[in-house]
Amino acid sequence: MDLVLIAQGLLNGFLFGGVYSLMAVGLTLIFGVMRVVNFAHGDMMVWGMYLAFLLATRLGLDPYAGFPLCAAVLFALGFVVQRRLVNRIIDAPHEMQILLMLGIALVLENGALVVFGPDPRRVKSFLALSTVWLGPLFVDVARLVTFLLAGVLTGLLYLFLFRTDLGRSMRAAADNPYGAAVIGTDVRRVYAVAFGIGAACVGAAGALVAPFYPFQPSVGLGASVTSFNIVIIGGMGSLPGAFLGGLLVAVAESLGAVFLSPSLKELVSFSLLILILLFRPAGLFGGKVA
Amino acid sequence: MRLWPLALALVALAALPPFIGSYVVTLFTLIFFYAYLGQAWNILGGYAGQLSAGHAAFVGIGAYVTAVLSLRLGLTPWIGMFVGAAAAALLGAIIGYLGFRFGLRGFYFVLLTVAFAEVCRIIALNTEAVGGAVGLYITFTGNPAQFQFQNPRAYYYIALVLMTGATVAVWRLEQSRLGAYLVAIREDEQAAEALGIDTFRCKLLASVLSAFLTGIGGAFYAFYQFSLQPNTLFGIPLSVEIIMRPIVGGAGTPLGPVLGSFILSPLAELSRSYFAATGWSGGHLIVYGSLLIAVVLFLPQGAAPFVARLARSWRMTR
Amino acid sequence: MEDDALSFLEVRGLCKRFGGLLAVEGLDLTMAEGEMLGLIGPNGAGKTTVFNLLSGFLAPDAGEIRFRERRLGGLKPHDICRRGLARTFQIVRPFARLSVLDNVKVAALARHPAMSDALAAARSVLERVGLVDRASELASRLTLADRKRLELARALATEPTLLLLDEVMAGLNATEIDAMVRLIGAINAGGISVLLIEHNMRAVMSLSHRVIVLSFGEKIAEGTPRAVAVDRRVIEAYLGDEYVHPAAH
Repeated sequence: MDLVLIAQGLLNGFLFGGVYSLMAVGLTLIFGVMRVVNFAHGDMMVWGMYLAFLLATRLGLDPYAGFPLCAAVLFALGFVVQRRLVNRIIDAPHEMQILLMLGIALVLENGALVVFGPDPRRVKSFLALSTVWLGPLFVDVARLVTFLLAGVLTGLLYLFLFRTDLGRSMRAAADNPYGAAVIGTDVRRVYAVAFGIGAACVGAAGALVAPFYPFQPSVGLGASVTSFNIVIIGGMGSLPGAFLGGLLVAVAESLGAVFLSPSLKELVSFSLLILILLFRPAGLFGGKVA
Repeated sequence: MRLWPLALALVALAALPPFIGSYVVTLFTLIFFYAYLGQAWNILGGYAGQLSAGHAAFVGIGAYVTAVLSLRLGLTPWIGMFVGAAAAALLGAIIGYLGFRFGLRGFYFVLLTVAFAEVCRIIALNTEAVGGAVGLYITFTGNPAQFQFQNPRAYYYIALVLMTGATVAVWRLEQSRLGAYLVAIREDEQAAEALGIDTFRCKLLASVLSAFLTGIGGAFYAFYQFSLQPNTLFGIPLSVEIIMRPIVGGAGTPLGPVLGSFILSPLAELSRSYFAATGWSGGHLIVYGSLLIAVVLFLPQGAAPFVARLARSWRMTR
Repeated sequence: MEDDALSFLEVRGLCKRFGGLLAVEGLDLTMAEGEMLGLIGPNGAGKTTVFNLLSGFLAPDAGEIRFRERRLGGLKPHDICRRGLARTFQIVRPFARLSVLDNVKVAALARHPAMSDALAAARSVLERVGLVDRASELASRLTLADRKRLELARALATEPTLLLLDEVMAGLNATEIDAMVRLIGAINAGGISVLLIEHNMRAVMSLSHRVIVLSFGEKIAEGTPRAVAVDRRVIEAYLGDEYVHPAAH
């Protein structure tokens, strides 16, 4: 067993985990506040990637500079989706909500297919290929930057939720919507902001991860599954769970790539999901089972 | 439910083929076929209320097992389809057992079904024995004993029989004890449990039944299209096609999947030709997605109850 | 103290813990056949937990439940229902999109597998509770009082020998309560034993043969309604010790 290879896998995974954490944090926020499962999460990420692609090819903007714009656009999308669509069925049986998000996922994914085509796209970043050596291990600067940015964004989210009034309203509405409404919180608006933030997180994640691999609309499903995996492991609705879960899953996948062939990686991912669903739907941090 | 308009419609459909060209025959065959698959899904998703987004797995298994038995052992699909359906039913039992034993509901159960379908797809893609990514091809012999027909109208009738048979079966289910139990479970599982209903057993039965019927559909599909590809047969787009019919037409009603299919297939054809200008068929899924959104927001019970209400009020004003 | 008449329902040392919270602690309870036993206590005393344990929705951490001589440990709720122990829920759970008749029919199918028999049985239960006029209405359109009756009807349709009623009077006005009291009395007089959780003291005291009082998961008193009403521990549990007069015991 080549220890260096394993250590490299661990490091790469850990750094990439920042992006996974960001994706998962967005999903768990939406669930935590509104008990809505965003089946379109991965497809929103895909649009984040394509927006980064547009910014890079039309405006020459590097994804690491342009990601706030992607996040902003996705925020608007999430806000509108919640405000105009999800809000209308917030009290309906859960199946309705699942079907609605499925419909949105279909529109987003195939919309990207129609607009951008099925061919894989790449986005270049000026940081790509630059590496820093840490002893026998190399640190991919792009990965490092991604990790730091993701960490910063998650930290900002934390600050928002715990230090601002809107954030506090959001946590109140998550805990007790009726109570929050009674004290004057515009619960619907808070919900819309929460969804927007969730979408912004995953949009930013998309922009950050775009330089790493070629992407096409169909990666949406895989991204959704990964997000669900992480969030279920970490506990639905738990922010620390999502963050740690993201790191955990990224490291596991990275180590898996060291030992397994790439075509089996997807199989492992889905099998992992099945096992997690069966044995730990409450997650590490024990959120409520839906 | 008034039976005579339906009987009339059935007779009309049976009499139609000599008067229509082969394109329309194909369109109707697919309408009937997807209505059949939707009806099979209806048992688990509509009546028992357990949403599955991975029913393509059962289509794929039914298709592949039947095809492999035919290609490798020369077993006629007329028998092979039951083996294929049994294999699909086994998967349905496994998914049902795992899902329900571990108390998975709603979103968690949906994810489980998607995961299983994807696992099947990836396994099929990577198994050379069943053709891998290239898939399997069935040579055309036109031998009815081997479930092959020269005349496309034969498939029309088979599909019509499948659709009608499944619809009658679901209608009878609705009036049976199991049907009443499934609906109760859908409405409130714990309350049903408190009233002496073995909810686990009922849901498992629904899953197995649904999977079995879907498996038969898979066999039909394989020998209608003469080719099997993992991405087509196990993929999410097929699962979406299956669930769209009952949801748009009315889940939990016998006519829902039929109505849904008559609405959706022509719609899909139209949007497919519209988006053909851009070069691929993914476009019609945008229409599906939008329709799904619209149905959830405005007509959550689907079209069938809405149409039934219209029919009632029309009758009352005469 | 082995009294055969009391072995209809026998609970010994029943315990249930949720994490650190001991919801039910060492509960002993017996019922004779035909009895109407009231189960009262302040909110959070563990009464519904006891119902959940008896009806199989929760598994006990310790203790034993015997119903008609047979142990109920580990049985699923539907098996317990088939043994003759039926329950209602504190927050009513009608099958909203089904008609009143269909709601009860589902329950009747447990004893009458043939659809026509089940429908007939359902109708007669609806007559008994006074809902037969509403048979074809959607359950979601009923008033609260009628929903409570429906909940009761469904449980009755499973033809139980022991009926657990969880706060069946909650939310009803005085007239509705009187009607419900009469109905429950009639059900009990018809031979069905009843274990009744109630906050409405008038109802409990007028209906029950005996009353058991729970507080913080423990039984603090047991006896006739009169005796329990003046028991100082009961008064203390409900109202706090300032209300306990030195004269009461």
